[in-house]
Amino acid sequence: MTTGSKILSVGHYQPPQVLTNDDLAQIVDTSDEWIRDRVGIVTRRVADNETVADMAAAAAGKALAGSGLTAADIDLVVVATCSSVDRCPNVATRVAARLGIRSPAAYDINTACSGFSYGLATVDHAMRAGAARNAIVVGAEKLTDFTDWTDRSTCVLFGDGAGAAVLTATAAGELPGIGPVLWGSEPDKGDAIVIEGWRPYIQQAGQTVFRWATFALPDLARRACAAAGIEPSELAAFVPHQANLRIIEPLARKLGAPNAVVARDIVESGNTSAASVPMALSKLVERREVPAGAPVLLFAFGGGLTYAGQVVRCP
Amino acid sequence: MVRDEITVGLAEILEEVAGVNPDDVAEEKSFTEDLDVDSLSMVEVVVAAEEKFGVKIPDDEVQNLKTVGDAVSYIARANA
Repeated sequence: MTTGSKILSVGHYQPPQVLTNDDLAQIVDTSDEWIRDRVGIVTRRVADNETVADMAAAAAGKALAGSGLTAADIDLVVVATCSSVDRCPNVATRVAARLGIRSPAAYDINTACSGFSYGLATVDHAMRAGAARNAIVVGAEKLTDFTDWTDRSTCVLFGDGAGAAVLTATAAGELPGIGPVLWGSEPDKGDAIVIEGWRPYIQQAGQTVFRWATFALPDLARRACAAAGIEPSELAAFVPHQANLRIIEPLARKLGAPNAVVARDIVESGNTSAASVPMALSKLVERREVPAGAPVLLFAFGGGLTYAGQVVRCP
Repeated sequence: MVRDEITVGLAEILEEVAGVNPDDVAEEKSFTEDLDVDSLSMVEVVVAAEEKFGVKIPDDEVQNLKTVGDAVSYIARANA
């Protein structure tokens, strides 16, 4: 009988093209200083011909390579994205085809920036229900397809990329590596972030989102810790959605996790929506900043306004 | 609550949130132009002010609060 699931490995992929703040100052009325002050971003990556599925498959392939499993072991593929242009087939089956995963359950989920934590939760639930043994969860976005390059309030914020994790069901008596999810949404604020209509652009009511993120999220993040029976002070790392350094830093401070490494990948990568949490986690693991087995709080939030977070054991 | 008390309370918040010197805070001062409070810090000021003065300042109202005096008037009215 399965008691839960755990992360075996993580991986990430970013397109090679780097866009600096000075590059952006050439095309809209902005400056390096303004962008650093308001959001803390220094660079972001931009995909050219690559699709969401290309980046998702690249990240998933890296995670699978580090997992000790093979494509034949994977029976569930979940991709979180809100920026895939193609409607069908979904990104998850394209990732499976690319990796040679023969007959997995495969679905995409769209909860915008909170997608990766929703994906982890649904996979963990599937494993607890006995519906899957080994899974890949991906967060992948190409937000630059939906960026209005004449809108200086949004075009400086976003980047492209993908991050992935391989999960396996834990055996009886084994400590589960994915804590209970704390998830929800505030649908009445849904209009604060939209990518809507035909040939849409991202539009955001920045102050509304900032107010919600700064003042509603600390309590939700603490509740995600409580659901796992962990005190924030016990966290070895905190990986919030990378939306704005001025959200991340106060959130970490109010959470009260003085011993936690706080992910700040936004500085290099911008806001990559559902890809931000797995990319930031993968980079912390790659740099060996968090010991294997240590508790890490993932907390993702964004369009909807949706949120989800859980404490995971670092792979 | 008289206007001067509200101004002093706002000055405390501005110092804590945005590092503004309390001596610089006066009713005619503009938050962005004179006190260098950007739009995100303004959100933090507003939320701190809601707590301190026990009032509600909705998002739509924040953009109308250009000067310290605008905020004092809003809080005084909401408190009345």
